[in-house]
Amino acid sequence: MSRSATTCLRFCTSASCRSRGSEHLRHQCSEVAQRQRLPITIKGVGCLGPCSEGPLFAVDAGSSSCLFSLKDINTNELAAEFEQSTTALAHEAWQPRCSKRFSPKDPFLALQRRLVLAQCGRIDPESIEEAEKEGAYRQLHNVLLTQDPRAIIKEVRLSGLRGRGGAGYPTGLKWASVAAMPSRSKVLVCNADEGDPGAFMDRTVMEGDPHTLLEGMAIGAFAVGAQRGIIFVRAEYPLAIDRLHHAIAQARARGWLGASVDGTPFAFDIELRVGAGAYVCGEETALIHSIEGCRGIPRPRPPYPAQRGVNSLPTLINNVETFANIPALLRLGLEAYGAGTKVFSLTGHIQRSGVIEVPMGTPLRTIVETIGGGARHGHRIKAVQTGGPAGGCVPASALDTPVDYESLQALGTIMGSGGMVVMDDSTNMVDIAAFFMAFCREESCGKCVPCRSGTVQLDMLLRKILEGRGSGADLEQLESLCRIVKDASLCGLGQNAPSPVLSTLRHFRGDYLKLLNLEEASQ
Amino acid sequence: MSRCFQELDEVLKRHGYQAEALLEVLAAAQHLYGSLSEMLLRHVARTLLLPFSKVQGTASFYQLFRLSPPAPQQCLVCTGTACHLLGAGPLLKELREQLDTTTVEIGSVRCVGTYSGAPLVVINGEIWNHQTTPSVIVHLKELLS
Repeated sequence: MSRSATTCLRFCTSASCRSRGSEHLRHQCSEVAQRQRLPITIKGVGCLGPCSEGPLFAVDAGSSSCLFSLKDINTNELAAEFEQSTTALAHEAWQPRCSKRFSPKDPFLALQRRLVLAQCGRIDPESIEEAEKEGAYRQLHNVLLTQDPRAIIKEVRLSGLRGRGGAGYPTGLKWASVAAMPSRSKVLVCNADEGDPGAFMDRTVMEGDPHTLLEGMAIGAFAVGAQRGIIFVRAEYPLAIDRLHHAIAQARARGWLGASVDGTPFAFDIELRVGAGAYVCGEETALIHSIEGCRGIPRPRPPYPAQRGVNSLPTLINNVETFANIPALLRLGLEAYGAGTKVFSLTGHIQRSGVIEVPMGTPLRTIVETIGGGARHGHRIKAVQTGGPAGGCVPASALDTPVDYESLQALGTIMGSGGMVVMDDSTNMVDIAAFFMAFCREESCGKCVPCRSGTVQLDMLLRKILEGRGSGADLEQLESLCRIVKDASLCGLGQNAPSPVLSTLRHFRGDYLKLLNLEEASQ
Repeated sequence: MSRCFQELDEVLKRHGYQAEALLEVLAAAQHLYGSLSEMLLRHVARTLLLPFSKVQGTASFYQLFRLSPPAPQQCLVCTGTACHLLGAGPLLKELREQLDTTTVEIGSVRCVGTYSGAPLVVINGEIWNHQTTPSVIVHLKELLS
């Protein structure tokens, strides 16, 4: 009896599994359980990881826990089998025959180190009780007990934590500069405008474990002295928005947010702002304008948001994953936290795609070949694209590079926010460069000329080359224009827009030359 | 004039008629009325005490705001990186050529974050995974009939 009471079925309710019918499955199983009055728990949880194998679900029985893939099965089949095996369920861990079981030693699971995503996929994201039972808000409680904001900033600085949103600015320094501002009112903003195509790490955190994010934000607010918190989330993530609304209301009801957090004089509340679709709003000064209800266009810095941000108040802006790192860092302490982790969304021409969290410094090869299962059958990996439209490509020959800020930068790309797109030998790198340039062209806000006009010209040059109409002179012009746009643009969007072109030119010049040769031969 | 767009009053009130809430107000207005007509934008400008140019400028800046009413059906092709690699470009092009755009509005959406179903389309808010041009057309015909 005691064992059966702990049996729990966890269904992934994240966007990917949801689009494959996981909600339907969960309801079917819940109905069976209710009808038969089974003493088991069926709950919806956040992302379980290997999304390409979805819909996914996990069975916890006693101390054991197993992950199952229901890929390509008829959803009715599982419910029928569930109905028939209910008696067995009470005694042993259930292993549905129609599903594929993941071994706990499977590299996708075994090679990860889950700090940010520790509770994602384990707890019901809509239940604050469950989150609290697993330790949510405990660090906030401790921090408010000791009342030493300087110690928190010092800890964050010593941990070497860097902004996970893309630029990689040291988080501790940013916190210290906001804390040093004399203003009595300050604002804390969480940048959840995850706009890079192919990136969904922040979505996973917000959908799977919103309380960790809220706790991280509250700790940050206490450290820098902010009273008002804002999460700026993109409208394309309706489920994340729902979950955050719900979590914020729960946290208020439990006294973790509001006029007196945890019964102390510390006041901090969080509001949700939903974006309206503009990639440039990921840039911090554009984000501030958007929060103020204006067109989301960047402005020159300084003054930095730490000095002058939302409503001209000192503002701390960090990304979702950065804030979500804070509770884990404080819980583990500097030594156990070590170099930390990075969450990646692994997609593209690869056997297994999904969301992974690996120790900082894991070689790319481990991520792509061992965790991701390598290229599709009959293909070879050609490159790995990191950093989205602001990043670049790592050629297959450099796959042994450890994933950290410096190593990726040396290869001409960036860590970025964590999008990792694997490309095999069927990919034309010029096409990829053109794809990202078309993206930047469309997303350029139009404020500064190098970006507004430069991206248009670069896009046209790339199309010309791609269609086999380009000459050697075009290639030269492409390169020089890339440097102008990079050097002369106002904000990160324009400064980084040429990166995919420069990076593919550096590592895959042959792809460009091949297209030029075609044209010359036909003349 | 104030009797128009009454449903929006509550939203405006909730935000305390603050200009800072312009994005929220526009989003709510679009949700209520389907699109942001000029009359609606003028109404918002008047109530928030903003110049019309600022409201119009903000509304036209963001991709998710639409200034004209939508077609009955909406088909958005995801053009995120993973979908691009797996053929979103030709899919979008072929759908544009083969579908009647008065009944189905065809557009693109930036990565909806469920890349594992690439290439995918979003039909009236619902995600359809692993699509081809014929499969989208067949499914849309079923929806329309």
